[in-house]
Amino acid sequence: MKTFATRALLGALALGLGLAPAAQAQQKDSIKIGFVTFLSGQAAGPFGVPARLAAEAIVESLNAGKAPAPYQIKGFGGTPLELVVIDEAGGATKQVSEYRTLVQRQGVDFVIGYIGSGDCLAIAPVAEELQKITVFFDCGTPRIFEEASYKYVFRTRAHATMDAVAASLYLLDNRPAAKRISGINQNYAWGQDSWADFETTFKVMKPEAEIGTSQMPKFGAGQYGAEISALINSNADVIHSSLWGGDLEAFMLQATPRDLFKKSQLILIAGEPNLHRMVGNVPDGTIVGARGPHAVFAPPSALNTWLRDTYKAKAGVVPNYPAYSVAQAILGVKAAYEKAIQKKIGSAIPMGAAKNVKEEMQKAYAPPTDEEVIAALEFLSFDTPSGKVSMSLGKGHQAIQGTAYGTTRTENGVVKVGNIKYYPAERINPPEGVPSLEWIKSGFKKTK
Amino acid sequence: MSQFVAVLVDGIVYSSWLFIIAVGLTLIYGVMKILNIAHGSLYALGAFAAVSLSTWWFAQGYPPMGSFAMLGLAAVLVGLVSGPVIERGLLRFLYGKDEVVLVLVTYALFLILEDFIKLVWGVDPLFVQGPNGETPYGLLGNFEIAGLTYPNYNLLLIAVAVISGLALAWALNRTRSGKLLLAVIHDREISAALGINVGLTYFVTFTIGAFLAAVGGALTAPTVSVVTGMGAEVIVMAFAVVVIGGLGSLQGAALGALIVGLVRAAAVHYQPEVELFSVYFVMAVVLILRPKGLFSGAEVRKI
Repeated sequence: MKTFATRALLGALALGLGLAPAAQAQQKDSIKIGFVTFLSGQAAGPFGVPARLAAEAIVESLNAGKAPAPYQIKGFGGTPLELVVIDEAGGATKQVSEYRTLVQRQGVDFVIGYIGSGDCLAIAPVAEELQKITVFFDCGTPRIFEEASYKYVFRTRAHATMDAVAASLYLLDNRPAAKRISGINQNYAWGQDSWADFETTFKVMKPEAEIGTSQMPKFGAGQYGAEISALINSNADVIHSSLWGGDLEAFMLQATPRDLFKKSQLILIAGEPNLHRMVGNVPDGTIVGARGPHAVFAPPSALNTWLRDTYKAKAGVVPNYPAYSVAQAILGVKAAYEKAIQKKIGSAIPMGAAKNVKEEMQKAYAPPTDEEVIAALEFLSFDTPSGKVSMSLGKGHQAIQGTAYGTTRTENGVVKVGNIKYYPAERINPPEGVPSLEWIKSGFKKTK
Repeated sequence: MSQFVAVLVDGIVYSSWLFIIAVGLTLIYGVMKILNIAHGSLYALGAFAAVSLSTWWFAQGYPPMGSFAMLGLAAVLVGLVSGPVIERGLLRFLYGKDEVVLVLVTYALFLILEDFIKLVWGVDPLFVQGPNGETPYGLLGNFEIAGLTYPNYNLLLIAVAVISGLALAWALNRTRSGKLLLAVIHDREISAALGINVGLTYFVTFTIGAFLAAVGGALTAPTVSVVTGMGAEVIVMAFAVVVIGGLGSLQGAALGALIVGLVRAAAVHYQPEVELFSVYFVMAVVLILRPKGLFSGAEVRKI
């Protein structure tokens, strides 16, 4: 009640007194977003560049006010957005100094970015030190909010545990007899965590599980001859792999002629971006995921159509999962920013008190402070092209959402994903305050 | 037993691949005393050129077997263009400078070439694939050993490695120009004083080295997705091989490649956790026992 009345009164007054220009003058010309993504190196092609294209397409569309409800307001709360794009390549140390430049010299209002888990772990404490709202859009490691807590740092996608848990569920739902598993994953945080989560989950769900071999080639190794021999010799029912990009393609190109996949079914945790490229080298029956209900897994909605069309107009192809991750981050901050504005106007001093009208007005219409945006983003639930996202973990800083897996089938020269199954967020994400691995080992207990 | 055979086969295939890349590196160092970091970029250039040419070949609808000719053509083109350009346009101004300066120069060249590749080919991974998903890697059929299927393409790798090693050894030890080359290696100034065209020797050596790097890249292209940064990955392994064998030694490169390949394959089959570490462990052991590598000749002290 109060909200509506106050807003109406303030609005009327603003117009009547001709204060509107004064209030607007307080608004910034634009909101600057520092956007960090891989523009070079291995991760650029499959992840980094699609993410950048998505960010640019989304910002253009938001500035033009073309997004569907509830994001139809231009920019963030009427203020247009401006992107400052930075290359994520070069390692964590370089990224920390790039981050400082972005915040201290460029003076960005928000930072959205980071695909590499190592980069996220390094940036989080620096963001806290510089007190800059920083939203991670793609990195996977659960450790960020499980080993520390932050005020200025958020992640608008679910962490990697859900990928492993849902993959196990999907596998056992469709092939209950599967027992012996092997893995091939890159030897760094992402590959190691992905295998550890999957192995542990599978053993909990299937106590008689057997482990064939766990191969951990170096990132960018290129030659997988010996690894493939070891995988063939391991006689596994299923091979788990979190390989991505060029490494994934090299592995598939080398494994297919060697008939590895005639013997073992393949699970690709992050295979979605590569599917359309590898026609003829993705065996039918491969289980694939997109680290969330993104891309082919995204449920139909106006927002999904908007992202597909906007991205396609810019990039010429349909968006892959990193593009959906970017949409979640930008829309999440937009939702929080606009919620903060509403709250401020709503709680402004009612007009009955005729005192300090001008000051109160200016205060109510000033852009929301960082504190106000943080308060709005914590525990926020918001709509995205991939469905609902809830900031439920890490004291309201870590998102959860459902995910889906499907099985590939090549038809007329196109790799299609069929038999798609969705798993709800609560079933595949740990409850607040419980570290992922402990949650898995506890047999997926719902509470602490 | 079958696992042991698998280790042998996997190890030898990997060694062959490593040798093709490392032999050019060691040749250039042996003759010119240049530790050529840009070798990795030449390898990558060979790979990218091979992908472009074979993709074009497939797109024309020509018989798939012809894609092998495209791999060869890519190696020849890259070797014959980049080798002379780099040697005549850059390195010849720097002969006689400190080895460290030359390492820095080739490192700078490496960075420039990496960006050049990005400019020309972009950052997306690329791979060769015919209209029906066929790749040169699978075209030659398979052979079976110890219950494992291997593409015959691997035999091609082994053959190229053996042939290039033998050809180089023969040219160095059994031909007139090879003997002149050995004289240049031994003492550049005296050789020049005796009438050997040192500039030409360097020119030819560097071009052959660049060609070998490109051959390595072109032969790798069908088995991987070529991607920016692939040159950096491979140069580290090639250095390990060359350092184990002894910088500048042909036999050293062969033995080094064999050791690294077999150790790595054994690690992958028996103890996958130590795979990454195994190669460097061997390198450390060799360097403790023989600080200059297995086949380093006695250094002639110069005043």
